[in-house]
Amino acid sequence: MMHIQARTEPSSLMKVVSPLLAIALTLFFGSILFSVLGKDPLQALHVLLIAPLADSYNIGEMLVKMGPLLLCGVGLSLCYKANMWNIGAEGQLLAGALGGSAMALYFLNSESAFALPITLLAGIASGMIWAAIPTYLKLKFNSNLILTTIMFNYIALYLLIWAVHGPLRDPEGFGFPESALFSDTTLLPTLFEGSRIHLGILFALISGFIAWFILSKTHLGFQIRVFGADEPAAKYAGFNSKKLSWFVMLFAGALAGLAGVSETTGPIGQLVPNVSPGYGYSAIIVAYLGRLHPLGAIIASVFLAVLYMGGDLAQIEMGIPIAVVGMFQGVLLFFLLACDFFIRNSLTFTNKATN
Amino acid sequence: MPDSLEKHISIARLELANITKQYPGCLANDKVSLTLLPGEIHALLGENGAGKSTLVKTIYGVVAPDKGDILWNGKEVSIKSPSIARDLGIGMVFQHFSLFETLTVSQNIELCLSKLQLKNIGDLAQRISKLSADYGLDVDPHRYVHSLSIGERQRVEIMRCLVQSVKLLILDEPTSVLTPQEVSGLFGVLRTLSEQGCSILFISHKLHEVTEICHKATILRGGKVVDTCVPSEETPATIAKMMVGDLAEQDAGYSKQEGGHIVFNIHDLSLTTKQPFGTALKNINLSLKAGEILGIAGVAGNGQDELMAIISGEEERHVKASLELNGTPIGHLNAGERRKLGMAYVPEERLGRGAVPDMSLTENTLLTHSEGFVKNGLVQWNVLKDYANTLIDKYKVKCHGEFSEAKSLSGGNLQKFIMGREIGQNPKLLICAHPTWGVDVGAALAIHQALLELRNQGAAILLVSEDIDELFLLADRMAAVCDGYLSPLVKTEQTNIDQIGQWMAGTFINNTAPINSDTVEQGTKA
Amino acid sequence: MDADLIVQILFAAIKTGTPLLFIALGEVICEKSGILNLGQEGMMLMGAVVGFLAAYGTGNAGLGVIAAMAMGAIMSLIFAVLVLQLGANQVATGLALTIFGTGLSAFVGSGVVGQTIQGFQPVMIPLLSDIPLIGRILFSHDILVYLSFVMAFILFFVINKTRMGLTLKAVGENPHAANAIGIKVLRVRYLAIMFGGAMAGISGAYMSLVYTPMWVENMTAGRGWIALALVVFASWRVGRIVIGAYLFGVASIMHLVLQGMGWSISPNLLAMLPYVATVIVMVIISADHFKEKLLAPRSLGKTFDPREMA
Repeated sequence: MMHIQARTEPSSLMKVVSPLLAIALTLFFGSILFSVLGKDPLQALHVLLIAPLADSYNIGEMLVKMGPLLLCGVGLSLCYKANMWNIGAEGQLLAGALGGSAMALYFLNSESAFALPITLLAGIASGMIWAAIPTYLKLKFNSNLILTTIMFNYIALYLLIWAVHGPLRDPEGFGFPESALFSDTTLLPTLFEGSRIHLGILFALISGFIAWFILSKTHLGFQIRVFGADEPAAKYAGFNSKKLSWFVMLFAGALAGLAGVSETTGPIGQLVPNVSPGYGYSAIIVAYLGRLHPLGAIIASVFLAVLYMGGDLAQIEMGIPIAVVGMFQGVLLFFLLACDFFIRNSLTFTNKATN
Repeated sequence: MPDSLEKHISIARLELANITKQYPGCLANDKVSLTLLPGEIHALLGENGAGKSTLVKTIYGVVAPDKGDILWNGKEVSIKSPSIARDLGIGMVFQHFSLFETLTVSQNIELCLSKLQLKNIGDLAQRISKLSADYGLDVDPHRYVHSLSIGERQRVEIMRCLVQSVKLLILDEPTSVLTPQEVSGLFGVLRTLSEQGCSILFISHKLHEVTEICHKATILRGGKVVDTCVPSEETPATIAKMMVGDLAEQDAGYSKQEGGHIVFNIHDLSLTTKQPFGTALKNINLSLKAGEILGIAGVAGNGQDELMAIISGEEERHVKASLELNGTPIGHLNAGERRKLGMAYVPEERLGRGAVPDMSLTENTLLTHSEGFVKNGLVQWNVLKDYANTLIDKYKVKCHGEFSEAKSLSGGNLQKFIMGREIGQNPKLLICAHPTWGVDVGAALAIHQALLELRNQGAAILLVSEDIDELFLLADRMAAVCDGYLSPLVKTEQTNIDQIGQWMAGTFINNTAPINSDTVEQGTKA
Repeated sequence: MDADLIVQILFAAIKTGTPLLFIALGEVICEKSGILNLGQEGMMLMGAVVGFLAAYGTGNAGLGVIAAMAMGAIMSLIFAVLVLQLGANQVATGLALTIFGTGLSAFVGSGVVGQTIQGFQPVMIPLLSDIPLIGRILFSHDILVYLSFVMAFILFFVINKTRMGLTLKAVGENPHAANAIGIKVLRVRYLAIMFGGAMAGISGAYMSLVYTPMWVENMTAGRGWIALALVVFASWRVGRIVIGAYLFGVASIMHLVLQGMGWSISPNLLAMLPYVATVIVMVIISADHFKEKLLAPRSLGKTFDPREMA
C-alpha cells in the first residue's frame, strides 16, 4: 500500500531533485502532446532541447536570450526571497528599453566615450523608476503589489508602443513604428567576433553573483531572508521593512531595466514595439526553477533560454506554434509546485501483510 | 429524565479502550483507556505534550485513532467526524475557540446544527435566550462574536453544546482564559449540567480547580495513562507529582525585591487600535525600576499585545505620550534602535516571531543579536556559530546542534534558547510575554530562574502573563489590564489573588486616574 | 453631450462590464472561501478560445458557452488540486495557471486566429426594453448579459441569506474552526474554486463570442487581473461588484467616448486608461488599511492543512 506521510524535517535532497523532476515530467508531458498532434516526439524534443545547443551559432543565440532572462530572474529571486510579489519585471524591462533608447537616440550623432555608459544608466534608472512607483504605492497606500506591478506592465507596453509611433519614431523610417538605428557608440560591444553575444550576458552573470553574495554573506541579505520567511520575526527584530522592500524592488527594477536597455543596444540595435517576447514573465519561472537562489537562477535561465530557442526552431522546422513555449513554462511551474510537495512529505510503501 | 439515568448508571456513558495514535516522530496516545459515567466530571491531566488534546480530539472525531475502541453508552461506535460526535451527543469547547468572529452568535450556533436539528428547534434565537436564562449564561444571540469578551465567547461555545442537548461535554483548558470570578461562574454551570446527568471531560493544568470540582481524574504522561485518582482525596501537590513524575524539581517561593532607580517610564499613553478587533490603550502610566519584576495580569485581548508593541517599538505609529528608557525619550525610535539602547524582548509567539521557523539556531541568534557578529556589513558566521553553541550549552537547549531549525525544537527548548539570546545581550529592560505557556515543568523552572537571575543583576523586567500563579511567584510589583486600562501598581506582598482578579475584570476602571497617579508618585519616591 | 450619446455610452459600458462582472463574481466566491486564485487571466483566455472553437465547430454559440464553462472549471481544478491537495503556494500556483493558460490558449487557437463566427444576437425583453432610456441601456442586450444579471442576483441571495453562504464565510474566515465543527473545508473550497473557474470560462466566452466576436491571442488584455482588483474594490460584496464592473466598463470605453467628443489623443495612450484607473482605484481603496482588513476573508491566501489541526 502507498501512502503519504509528513516529514519531520524538510528533505534537502528533494529541494534539488524537485526542479529536475519537474523538467523531466514536463518533457514527458511534451512528448505525449507532440504524439497526439501527430509530430514525432523524439524529433520535437530534439529540436526543442538539443538543437539549440548543437552548434556555436545556436549556442550564441541561446546566450543572447539567456541574458535578459537571467537579469530579470535574479532580481525576482531577491524580491520573492523578501516576499515581495513583483510580477512587473516585464514592465520594468520595457521601461528600461524605452528610457535607454531615448538616451541612445539623444547620442545619435555623438562620439562621446560616455554615451554607452550613460545610455545603460538611463535604462537602469528607467527600470528602477518603474519598480519604484508600485513600491511606493504599496508602502504608502498598502496597495496590492501583484496587481499594481501587472498594471504597470500593461502601462509600460502601451507607453512604449506610443513612443515608437510618436516621439521616438524614425523620421526617415517610412512610418514604420520603429526608432532610428542607434549609432555604434551606444551599441553594446559583442564578446566574440561574428556572434551576437554581447556584454549583457556578462552583466547577467555578474548580477547573479552579486545577489548571491548579498543574500548569503551580508547582514542586509540576512534581513531580506528573514523579512521574506517570517515578517513578524523581522518586525520583532526591528528590521527596517521599508528599507528592505525598497532595496529588493529597486535592485530588481535596475536589473530588469538593464535587461531592457541591453536588448535595444545589443542584438536589436534600435527600439521596436516587440522588444521582449515575455522575458519578464518567464523570469518568474527562472526564479522559481532556480529555487529563488541567484546561482540556481543561472542554471534555470539556461534551460528557459534553450526552450525559447527551441521554440523558434520548432516553429521553423516542424511548424509547431511558438505558443508552445509559454504553455511548457506553465506546465513546468505546475510540475515544480507539485514536486515540491515531496519536500515536506514522503511517499511510503507499506506491505499490508506485515501490519 | 434523571430517573432513567439512575437506572442505567452502571453503563458507562463513554468508554475508551486502548486508544493509540502515532504522529511522525511522536506517539501521542499509547493504549489509553478511560471510563466516564453519566453525570461524572472527569479531569484529564498531564503536562503539555502528554497527549490530552489528541485524546479529546479523537473522542470528538477530529482525529482518527490508529487503534483502539470507543464505546458510547455500551455500544461500539466509530466517530469519523465532529458531526457524528454531535449526533451522538458529544459537545466540545475548544481551547482556542472555534467561533467565527464576523458572524453573529446565532449564526455561529446554527452552523453546528444539522438541518433536522434546526427544524426541531424552530426559533433558534428564542431557544438560545431560554437556555441562557436557565443556566445563567447571559448570551445575546444577535451580537457579533467579535464584540464579545473572551469569557462571553466561551459561554457561546458552551451554549453551542447545550442547544444540542449534549450528553458529554468536553472542555479543553477552559479556565486559562477566565478571570477568577468567571471561573466560579463556569463551575456553577458545570455542576448544574452534572446534576442533570451530563458527563463532563475537563482538561486542565490548574490543580486546585481539579480538586475543587472533579469527581475523578486520569493522568497522562508521554501519551500513556500513568495514574487515576479521586481528586478530592488528593492535594494539588500529590497530583502534580503524578503528572511530572517524582524526579522533577518544583518552583519554590522566591524572595521579593525592592527596585532601585527608575529605568523605564510611560506617561499618559493612549492609542487607538489599528487592528479590526484590537484593543485601544487608554491613559496608561507605568514606571519600572532596576532590579524588579513588574507583573501584569489580564485576560488575553485586553490590550497586552498593544502595550507590548508600543514598548518594543513594533508599533510604528509615533505616540505623543512620553516613553523614556533611562531618561532618554524613545517614543520616536523603531524596535531595532530601542534594542541598541538596551531593550530586549521575549514575545508570546516563540515560533514565527521570536524565532524564524525555517532558520537554524545560528541564524536565529543573529535575528536580534548582531552586535559583534557583523563587520562592515558582512556576517561573521563562524564567530556566530560558536556563540550559538555557547547559548545552547548554557541554557541546556535540547537540539541536534546550532544548525537545527527552530521549528524542530520543542516549545520549552525553543523558549530557553530565545530567553538565553535576549538575556545574552545584557538588557537594561526585558519585556517578557507569557514566558512559560505550553512549556513543561522543567523548562518553566529554568525560565523562572533565568528571569530572577537577570533581575538580581539589576535589570528591569516587565512580565506579562495570563497565569496568575506565575505572576505571584515571580513579580515584585503587580498590576492588571482590562479593556486597555492599566490598574494601579501594587507590591505583590500587599495584594492577593482576589484583588488582582477583580482588577482583571475591570473594577478599578472608574477611578483609574487618581489612584494611578498616586501610585506612580509613590513609585518615583521609592 | 446629448441623451442619445449618453445612452450609447451606458449601453456600451454594460456590454464592456459584463465579462468583468462574470469573472469577478466567480472570484469573489472563491475568495470568500479563503482562496486567492491569480489564474483568472489564464482561465479566461482558455474559456475564450475553447468557447470560440466549440462555437466555430458546431455553429452553436450556446454550446460554446457550455464548453467554455467546462474548460474554465477544468483549469481551476488543476489549481485546486495543487493548492488544496498538495499545499502549494496560492500566489505561485495562480501565476502558473495564468502563464499556462496564456500559452495553451495561443497554442490551441493558432488555427482559428482571425476567423469570425455568428455570436449571440441581442434579445429585446418585451415591455422592459420599451422603457425610455433604461430599456435601451439594460434590456436590449444579448442573453449572456441577462444571465450575468441573474447570476449577480442569485449570488447575492446565496451569500447573504442561505446556510450555504454562511458555511462559505465560515470557511473563509477560519478554516481550522470550520473543520473542528465538522464543515468539509476542502469540499467547500473545491466547489468555490471550480465555480470561479466556470465563471471565468463564461467571461472568456463572452469576449470571443459576443464582444469581438473572434479569437485573438491575449484578447482578454488583462481583464482577469482587473477583475481581481475589482473584488478588492468591491470589498467582497456582490452589489458593489456589479457597480464596479460597469464603472470599469466606462473606463475601458473612455477612449471611444473621448474620440467621439472630438479629442485627439493618441489611441495608445488612451489604451492605458483602464490600467491606470485600476491602479488609482486600488490606491484609494487600499489606503484604508483598517477597513480592508475588516472586510477581507480572514484566511485569504493562507495554506490550510487539515492535518495541522491534530
